[in-house]
Amino acid sequence: METKNIMIVGVGGQGSLLASKLLGHLLMEQGYDVKVSEVHGMSQRGGSVVTYVRYGDKVNSPVIDKGEADYIVSFELLEAARWLEYLKPDGQIVTSTQQIDPMPVITGAAQYPENLVEKMKAAGAKVDALDCLKLAEEAGSSKAVNIVLMGRLSHYFDLPEEAWQASLEAMVPPKFLELNKKAFQLGKNA
Amino acid sequence: MKELMLGNAAVARGLYEAGCCVISSYPGTPSTEITEEAAKYDEIYCEWAPNEKVAMEAAFGACLAGKRSFCGMKHVGLNVAADPLYTMSYTGVNAGMVIGVADDAGMHSSQNEQDSRHHAIASKVPMLEPSDSKESLEFAKLAYELSEEFDTPVLLKMCTRVAHSQSLVETSPRAERPVKTYEKNIAKYVMMPGNAIRRHPVVEERTRKLQEWAETAPINRVEMGGTKMGIITSSTSYQYVKEVFGDSVSVLKLGMANPLPVKLIRDFASKVDKLVVVEELDPIIENHCRSLGLEVTGKDALPMEGEFSQNLVAQKLGGTVHTGKALSDAIPPRPPVMCAGCPHRGLFYTLNKNKCTVLGDIGCYTLGAVAPLSAMDMTLCMGGSISAIHGFNKALGEESEGKTVAVIGDSTFMHSGMTGLANIAYNQSNSTVIILDNSITGMTGHQQNPTTGYNIKGDPAGKIDLEQLCRAMGFQRVRVVDPYDLKACDQAVKEELAAKEPSVIISRRPCALLKYVKHSAPLKVNVDKCVGCKSCMKIACPAISIKEGKAHVDNTLCVGCGVCEQLCPVGAFESTGKEG
Repeated sequence: METKNIMIVGVGGQGSLLASKLLGHLLMEQGYDVKVSEVHGMSQRGGSVVTYVRYGDKVNSPVIDKGEADYIVSFELLEAARWLEYLKPDGQIVTSTQQIDPMPVITGAAQYPENLVEKMKAAGAKVDALDCLKLAEEAGSSKAVNIVLMGRLSHYFDLPEEAWQASLEAMVPPKFLELNKKAFQLGKNA
Repeated sequence: MKELMLGNAAVARGLYEAGCCVISSYPGTPSTEITEEAAKYDEIYCEWAPNEKVAMEAAFGACLAGKRSFCGMKHVGLNVAADPLYTMSYTGVNAGMVIGVADDAGMHSSQNEQDSRHHAIASKVPMLEPSDSKESLEFAKLAYELSEEFDTPVLLKMCTRVAHSQSLVETSPRAERPVKTYEKNIAKYVMMPGNAIRRHPVVEERTRKLQEWAETAPINRVEMGGTKMGIITSSTSYQYVKEVFGDSVSVLKLGMANPLPVKLIRDFASKVDKLVVVEELDPIIENHCRSLGLEVTGKDALPMEGEFSQNLVAQKLGGTVHTGKALSDAIPPRPPVMCAGCPHRGLFYTLNKNKCTVLGDIGCYTLGAVAPLSAMDMTLCMGGSISAIHGFNKALGEESEGKTVAVIGDSTFMHSGMTGLANIAYNQSNSTVIILDNSITGMTGHQQNPTTGYNIKGDPAGKIDLEQLCRAMGFQRVRVVDPYDLKACDQAVKEELAAKEPSVIISRRPCALLKYVKHSAPLKVNVDKCVGCKSCMKIACPAISIKEGKAHVDNTLCVGCGVCEQLCPVGAFESTGKEG
């Protein structure tokens, strides 16, 4: 199989590491070669962060380049727009509609662009946008946005529900498992 | 068993499987997880040392005693540890010793982009260079074999993309090793001139033997494909080359960065029409090829700066470049910022307000340089703030003494701030040093240090008292302030700058991200009181923004530190009363 590419983008501290761990486990269990590239260190401090997940028969590069992503999973709208150029021409964006102002917007040095979902669609991207924060809070914790997004992403994969559940069980601490299962379903069925 | 593993975790696994017993390291992105992961294996003694030099010497002591040892650090850490490294090359080892060093091309979290391979060449220490997690594990084990066979410490060079990428590895059980009995050997281990003179030829002979080994070593691998172009490459660059060209070109993949083979490279070059070297940062392999008289394309096509990627390699060497569609809107950047509730914020606000010249250091608090706080004038290296303020004040005297401060974190102070402080105490400059004590090594992800009272496993450990330490060094003026208290900060800074003797201010409050830190209820803005003056915006708190002309607090981020409240002239900030 040709290598497939998933980018997980967001703001440092939003929980993208758990999402990439879950995907890595899931895809490895399916028998694929997998590479996951993460960001640690300074850029994590509220900065723009990106995680690359690649899988296929044989994966070489650990990173995804412009025009290569089959999916962009985004925790935040501006971040989806920032990384849009990395999407393949027929790629799919799954994004939370949450907006977090970056410092230049907070200080008034820049504007948060409006109507980003429409603009990304106009640029040819397939965009699935949903209020993941609301769904995560409904599941019991605003921290479960990552799993809501994974539930939503599962729509686009031809994998049995049990495979996702098994990876959730493997990657999430037992005391948060029920909450995260609920978050997954809320995202999936939204 | 097959596992998906971070490159750094794979190194830790390799150390474990190889029977490593003692690890002493200093945290630094992107190397930190090697030691953190190794600390999870009970069979290995692990510690955070105060700095890389101490770590390397501790690891050397352990290998001398007869147990396999390791020390890990980032690229700039190897500069600190260069002193023992260059002479350990002469002494060699007893049991095997491996030094992990992680370069940061692209400077994701570093102050420079130096290439560690120079240190390997200059110290004449062999260096292995894995290109994914599988090799990280295997090379860690191989490094010990080489260390003991050739009687040398061995460098294991990681880079950000290998260190922080997960890929599949095969794990095996740990092989316990008998302790190699320590035997007194003055000629080998006491490096005074008479002995070192006899050791240097041993080093040169060892390098010759290692080069011979490199000619046929399985980790230096030829993958013949199309012969129009032959690419010599290593580390993560190998992955980009394979991604772009597959088998359409021939590849010589070098797993050993020092010493480099000669016959192998000549032979490979003779089989291809055009020879290209793809390596990040400096032209080490390329210059080696040139020294062999080979015609080669390298840095004339590929950059010296930053990380490579498949598109970059494709663009420069004639592969397929992928493109996507960007929005025409300007996307505002999202630089890293001090967290909401960061204890450094109040202190930097005070320094900005007092128009101080601030000689800074390495840590989260380097973000104090970012607008609107803009309260930093210099950041050089670990410990540089304290040494530099001394020189600054010696140069300008009273002109600078009353308005210049050095700022340094608790961990950085332990790393290499103490010696600078000794210089101030000894050579008497009227300098004001501020230790930003947030009770943790923050930037690298919360590692304990000698001032926190806990060790790498979170168990109680020795705790160095900063006040007593500074007083013992001869500072009469040592005071502690709470950086959440702006008035106290302002008073402390003003008084210590005015004092006619050297002083230390300890700005003390634990990092807001530490799990044990109890937060106050988030604040909210009473919009009827708020006059939209933006006084609260001077501290660049990510939790505060202006919405429809009035201040607004994001209650998912606010930890109720109350710094903004102290800046508000009309008392518009109120507690929500809900404990976070």
